[in-house]
Amino acid sequence: MSIVLSIKNVDKTFGGLHALGDINLDIEEGKTHAIIGPNGAGKSTLLNCCIGRLIPDNGTVEFEGKNMIGMQPHEINHAGMVRVFQTPEIFPDLTVLQNVLIPALAKRDGIFKFNPFKSLSAETALEADAVHVLEDMGLGEHIFKHAGSMSRGDKRRLELAMGLVQHPRLLLLDEPTAGMARHDTNRTIDLLKRIKERGMTKIIIEHDMHVVFSLADKISVLAQGRIIASGTPDEIRGDPKVQEAYLGGAEL
Amino acid sequence: MSMPLLRNDWVVMALFTAVVLSAPIWLSPIGAGYPDLLQKFAIFGIFAIGFNLLFGLTGYLSFGHAVFLGIGSYTAVWSFKLLTMNVIPAVVFATLLAGVFAVVIGFLSLRRSGIYFSILTLAFAQMSYNLAYSVLTPITNGETGLQLTMNDPRVFDGPSGEGLPSTTLFGMDMSGYPGFYFCAVLLIIAFFISLRIFNSPFGLKLRAIKSNQTRMKYTGFNTKPYLLTVFVISGMYAGLAGSLMAITDPLAGAERMQWTASGEVVLMTILGGAGTLLGPLFGAGIIKYFENIFSALNSQTLHEIFAFLPDWLENIIVVIAGEFVGEGWHLTLGLLFMIVVIFLPGGVVEGIRRASAYIRKLFNRSETDEIALSAEKE
Ligand SMILES: Nc1ncnc2c1ncn2[C@@H]1O[C@H](COP(=O)(O)OP(=O)(O)OP(=O)(O)O)[C@@H](O)[C@H]1O
Ligand SMILES: [Mg+2]
Repeated sequence: MSIVLSIKNVDKTFGGLHALGDINLDIEEGKTHAIIGPNGAGKSTLLNCCIGRLIPDNGTVEFEGKNMIGMQPHEINHAGMVRVFQTPEIFPDLTVLQNVLIPALAKRDGIFKFNPFKSLSAETALEADAVHVLEDMGLGEHIFKHAGSMSRGDKRRLELAMGLVQHPRLLLLDEPTAGMARHDTNRTIDLLKRIKERGMTKIIIEHDMHVVFSLADKISVLAQGRIIASGTPDEIRGDPKVQEAYLGGAEL
Repeated sequence: MSMPLLRNDWVVMALFTAVVLSAPIWLSPIGAGYPDLLQKFAIFGIFAIGFNLLFGLTGYLSFGHAVFLGIGSYTAVWSFKLLTMNVIPAVVFATLLAGVFAVVIGFLSLRRSGIYFSILTLAFAQMSYNLAYSVLTPITNGETGLQLTMNDPRVFDGPSGEGLPSTTLFGMDMSGYPGFYFCAVLLIIAFFISLRIFNSPFGLKLRAIKSNQTRMKYTGFNTKPYLLTVFVISGMYAGLAGSLMAITDPLAGAERMQWTASGEVVLMTILGGAGTLLGPLFGAGIIKYFENIFSALNSQTLHEIFAFLPDWLENIIVVIAGEFVGEGWHLTLGLLFMIVVIFLPGGVVEGIRRASAYIRKLFNRSETDEIALSAEKE
């Protein structure tokens, strides 16, 4: 199995707070790698270090053999690493369809393209693609709605659609089902399973153990900025250290 | 726009062209059907359309756009002095030079966003305004303003006859209606470009920058070149408008770059409806029309208007109203602006939209009433 993403010796401190300490993590191609851990463990911080929102104090993040540290967020996006945020980051003033057209355009047009005389309504191929992804997400009937007026759960699904339409090599999901009703959560799990069948590599941060154990091939547990365990779901389930640190001894 | 016909750019353009070219006819009932004012509508319309491409689409509020207006005017007058009285080179050079300045000013100002961007643009404009009065007097002729003289070379025109020559379009004199129609044609072109940008992927990306710029970066866009491009386009619109100000009256002064002029285009755009296609045009038209009416009034005309009142009341009202007319017409503008911003944040365009929705609802209700009535009869 080839390694898509390799995080080596990553450290990050905020003032006196040691948010990440000596993180080492390899993500294998085609796998879904879950990162779990209590609130404030540093999970989102780790993703921020991967996509260029934060620069780690130490260490490297190699994506398909190339070091991503110091690269601009838009360059990292075009390298094929796409992030879905924890608090929905959408374009609230645009319609749902336009929200998905934007990343589709990014994928096609690159970092910058000046095409002021091209008509948006002539972009039928992109539009079909966007509509398809939205229907996949169960947002088919909302495509002309204002994105800002949607429920929080719908916004998360919209953001997932925005990530998927770019067909990334590696998708980073930060709590994709938080704030969703059970029904929508199950639907999202189904969708993520289908994506997995297509071979997309994913990192998924999740608190919902049902989601984690339905999707993950591998799980890493982060607590207080350190990886305390890594392994298959079964190994993690049985690890007393994990139960202690994260689950407070509760039965999984 | 709900009518499918209006989705077609060419239909929109045909309508727009017809409306603009026939303006002398349909604007005369309200006393605006003469070339001077019509030309002002067109020029400020172009200025506001261009400003709206930047502010309306990206949300970046430039508070120094008049600097490009000034550059346009100076360039046009220099073209008249050095090259020819033909307006075409004047307009072309003015637009291009404004674009060059916009690259520099935009590049520096766009290093910041929000209020800092606005302040930077304002600073550049005020700096240019002061330079025009001091160091740059050889180019700008300082407070007198740049004018034509008998000694100008005008290398392409040959020796002129008696007196100062007037501007032409290949021999056609540019005063009066020809001047308006020249500006009108450029307004139509300017509107067409704006329409295409609004409906293009480029335009959508600009709107996305306004909505959530951070997200754009993580979506794979470098937002800087997008912002700079639209800033330059917008500056070129202003340069074009500035050159048109000089075509009937070949004169350029630094006051065209003053912050009040930059503020005016902001008012026009917001008053009409920022981010809408037609809003800036409405705003420009309304402000220039009211300026024309209110600044022409004086206490004597007010006395005539209120003559029907008892004398003591007439005097009081004239004193109060006197503050709002003539030189004080900006007070009226301020009031108008406040009313619109408070009650119609989307500007005139939103007002029109609300009114048409209301009317449609009335019609629908009467229709359903009829259906209900006929159902009852049965
Ligand atoms: N930009 C920042 N500046 C300062 N401190 C930060 C910053 N980002 C995160 N932190 C701190 O770092 C720690 C880790 O935060 P992080 O958001 O990575 O946690 P998390 O594991 O994603 O938690 P959650 O499950 O609540 O999302 C927290 O204590 C947080 O307050
Ligand atoms: Mg988090």
